[in-house]
Amino acid sequence: MSTIAVIDYGMGNLRSVSKAIEHVAPGAQVCVTDDPSVVRSAERVVFPGQGAMPDCMRELRGRGLYEAVMDAARDKPFLGICIGLQMLFDRSEEGDTPGLGVLPGRVRRFAHDLKDAAGQKLKVPHMGWNEVEQRIEHPLWKGIAQNARFYFVHSYYPDPVVGGPGAGLTAGVSRYPAEFSCAAARGNLFAVQFHPEKSAAAGLQLLANFASWTPLNGSSAAVQARLRDQST
Amino acid sequence: MLAKRIIPCLDVTAGRVVKGINFVGLRDAGDPVEIARRYDDQGADELTFLDITASSDDRDLILHIIESVAAQVFIPFTVGGGVRSVNDVRRLLNAGADKVSINTSAVQNPQLVADASGRYGAQCIVVAIDAKRVVNSETLRWEVYTHGGRKATGIDALEWGRKMQALGAGEILLTSMDRDGTRVGFDIELTRAFSDMLEIPVIASGGVGGLAHLADGVLQGRADAVLAASIFHYGEFTVRQAKEHMAGKGIEVRL
Repeated sequence: MSTIAVIDYGMGNLRSVSKAIEHVAPGAQVCVTDDPSVVRSAERVVFPGQGAMPDCMRELRGRGLYEAVMDAARDKPFLGICIGLQMLFDRSEEGDTPGLGVLPGRVRRFAHDLKDAAGQKLKVPHMGWNEVEQRIEHPLWKGIAQNARFYFVHSYYPDPVVGGPGAGLTAGVSRYPAEFSCAAARGNLFAVQFHPEKSAAAGLQLLANFASWTPLNGSSAAVQARLRDQST
Repeated sequence: MLAKRIIPCLDVTAGRVVKGINFVGLRDAGDPVEIARRYDDQGADELTFLDITASSDDRDLILHIIESVAAQVFIPFTVGGGVRSVNDVRRLLNAGADKVSINTSAVQNPQLVADASGRYGAQCIVVAIDAKRVVNSETLRWEVYTHGGRKATGIDALEWGRKMQALGAGEILLTSMDRDGTRVGFDIELTRAFSDMLEIPVIASGGVGGLAHLADGVLQGRADAVLAASIFHYGEFTVRQAKEHMAGKGIEVRL
């Protein structure tokens, strides 16, 4: 039986994530766990998250999960969600916190005094349903309409380095009001700023796609070619 | 761009959804899980459950309801009512709530908002404010009420909103007590005053009697989200009809 580990580093509601995966992948065993050995033996890993990045990093290290997460990010189908996306980058402006450095780039805060095209104030956190423009073809986007809406709730967003060694692909973007990267992909990694577990049909589809995803080798010619395309 | 949200609100007591007028005179409106699923099917953007008699009745009932909803409904939902401690917040989140709404306890102990927000993040802390117009005041102002609208606090509502934002509220659920249950529309001046003042999203609540009121809350009140109960509970309108109406007024919605 396929085991999907949902990493529990003590930051709140993981039931939503595990229930949503159970709902779309009834054949899978979904394990909410803070046990590094369970993470190591799982076939797939979901790195969810909410809360503040400094606390998340501290909990991750404090619970001895750091190595297991890094190993999983190297070679297993790995899905990061929200803070679980942000923590993959080099550094976050939130408490000026170093991240895991799995993906090159920084995490920045939305500016104060954002306005929409009509001059109306845009609130932070960016909270609610926004459109996601898919920038690459990817198995995790399968069956999801271009510009489908997903549920977001965050004040910080990733600003990835695109191209260059180890860089991920911007798999999707959203706008608030400027464009920002809301999904990153590289080899066995896929990470999203929005919450698929709270995004109704589109989100459930993404989770179902993850549960059955067999990533290509990260160094495959196809991925390299797409990396080159995006960096030019 | 970001869509304006429509949030059906379910007032829950003794395991049932009820609806009152001006906070009293309750009427049964059905099973919470069944109603939550129906709203999800209709395209609700979020759901809010308020355990309205939590101070006096059995609290734990709501945890079972939350667990059932969390296993079947995959949109965000907020739970409020009788939240007194960080431990209460933890229990509700662990049961499957995405956000917890704090009202009376925030007034009694503002530090609770800071502690809960610091521990679980601002994104899951909603501060609910029940505001009532102050009569015989020279300027237009509102006072905060607690205990389900039964107790005046003497606190200025706008000042309170600013303080809650500073302490770490991620969102304000703003209910006009003058309008709640009256079906004559939101208190637009109240909504707009809050929305223009705060950095965090404001949910307008209290007084919706028709679809035009929802659009008014966004267009005139500048609310980020609109909350309504009775127009949806009794099958008068579906959430989809509400969204189509708003889209027709040029409001960005998730259809």
